[in-house]
Amino acid sequence: MIRLEHIYKKFDDRYVLNDITVNLEQGKCNLVIGESGSGKTVLMKSVVGLAEVDQGEIWYAERNFTRMERHERQELRKEMGMLFQGGALFDSMTIEDNVMFPLNMFTRDTYSSKLDRVNFCLDRVGLKQVNRMIPAELSGGMKKRAAIARAIAMSPAFLFCDEPNSGLDPKTAIKIDNLIHEITTEYNITTVVNSHDMNSVLEIGDRVIYIYEGCKCWEGTKEEVLHTDNEELNNFVFATRMAQQIKREG
Amino acid sequence: MHKWFANIGRYFLMLKSVFSKPERISIYYRQTIREIESHGIGSIGIVAVISVFVGAAITIQTDFNIENPWLPRYIIGVTVRDSLLLEFSSTMVGLVIAGKSGSSIASEIGMMRVTEQIDALEVMGINAAAFLVLPKLIALVIFLPILCALSVAVGLLGGYLVCLIGDVIPVSDYIYGIQYVFYPYYLAYAMFKAACYGFLITTIASYFGYHVEGGAVQVGRSSTRAVVISSILILMTDLILTNIILH
Repeated sequence: MIRLEHIYKKFDDRYVLNDITVNLEQGKCNLVIGESGSGKTVLMKSVVGLAEVDQGEIWYAERNFTRMERHERQELRKEMGMLFQGGALFDSMTIEDNVMFPLNMFTRDTYSSKLDRVNFCLDRVGLKQVNRMIPAELSGGMKKRAAIARAIAMSPAFLFCDEPNSGLDPKTAIKIDNLIHEITTEYNITTVVNSHDMNSVLEIGDRVIYIYEGCKCWEGTKEEVLHTDNEELNNFVFATRMAQQIKREG
Repeated sequence: MHKWFANIGRYFLMLKSVFSKPERISIYYRQTIREIESHGIGSIGIVAVISVFVGAAITIQTDFNIENPWLPRYIIGVTVRDSLLLEFSSTMVGLVIAGKSGSSIASEIGMMRVTEQIDALEVMGINAAAFLVLPKLIALVIFLPILCALSVAVGLLGGYLVCLIGDVIPVSDYIYGIQYVFYPYYLAYAMFKAACYGFLITTIASYFGYHVEGGAVQVGRSSTRAVVISSILILMTDLILTNIILH
């Protein structure tokens, strides 16, 4: 579990995160949703330590991340996997080398056992016969899958996904969502997903946190999202004509 | 002014990260070999081509400027050798590599920054600055002196060829001149300067790449700035080292 306590972050004089307190639960997909520029990505970067918070504390189970030294953070990060918006695969390496990279850096396993693990991870995300390909040869969806394979190679306890569906067609997006959800429940990990895609919310949002202008505006489950009285969240959820029509028709 | 100091501070903070303990020595070793191949061995051709022409041109110019009939002809060989050793080879190799490898390093690291590959390294628990910069730094600090020595040798060959083909001075005088009162210290001095340039080129180019913000346009700009700043600093360092060591 990850616990955020009174997180504040400002750029110049503008607060981009304003008193955010939230529990991100283990074995569940915790979806952080909000409009573009609401502070979702800054929040995720703060949680993984790519950005420093101005105030507040971040707890990974009983470990206070905000007070850790650099080397302690590096140790904890070995328990993290992250899927970036663009995949962030190393473009000079093959897919096999990409997935094997964290294993090479942090394990002393033999090459064959590392290769087994790579093949298992690639198989788990539904990628076959791509070992020798480079990222540029893959489609957007395949890149995301390969990035997920790399993120789970070290069997992380915490998985972070920053807008995993961006740039994907709806069918592929749902496949990626389901894959993230399956991995979360299968390995009982704490997954945090940033998204502004309502399909993702309804598909995998075990817990949903709505961020509005840097503040936590609402928190609940995917079932509760559609029936809330929260005006800002309603404006976000029912922003499209199709959603408005569905709401009218009950 | 404030921005300059901030940049200098961030540069030294990056250096601190670069020299922290590597996660896996064997991976860094392999990376270093790759960088030597890419930035060192890959630069032999261009350094050789430039050096042969510079050596030939210095020989002709020296001959043109020495008109005193009392000076022996072999003095041209001495002058060409010492010019190449003390100034031309190290500085020329430094500037060529600043253009070739400096821009390449800044672009490579810059693209990794804007495509979040550096963030991915950090989230994995890897010291991204050390992983990306240290192998390049070791490669260039080791290989630039080798390129410098090669440049001296090829430059002297250029002078020899111009004597042979262009009939500037007799070849025997030239060969006698380049062997006349040779101080090995000059070669050590040239190689030391080249190693310093290797350090400057790698760290400055890496700094500009590592701290790029934005997209492809900013990566291009940072690459240009890396080349400009490292070229200026190479010439400044040349002046300082010459003053300290030779004066």
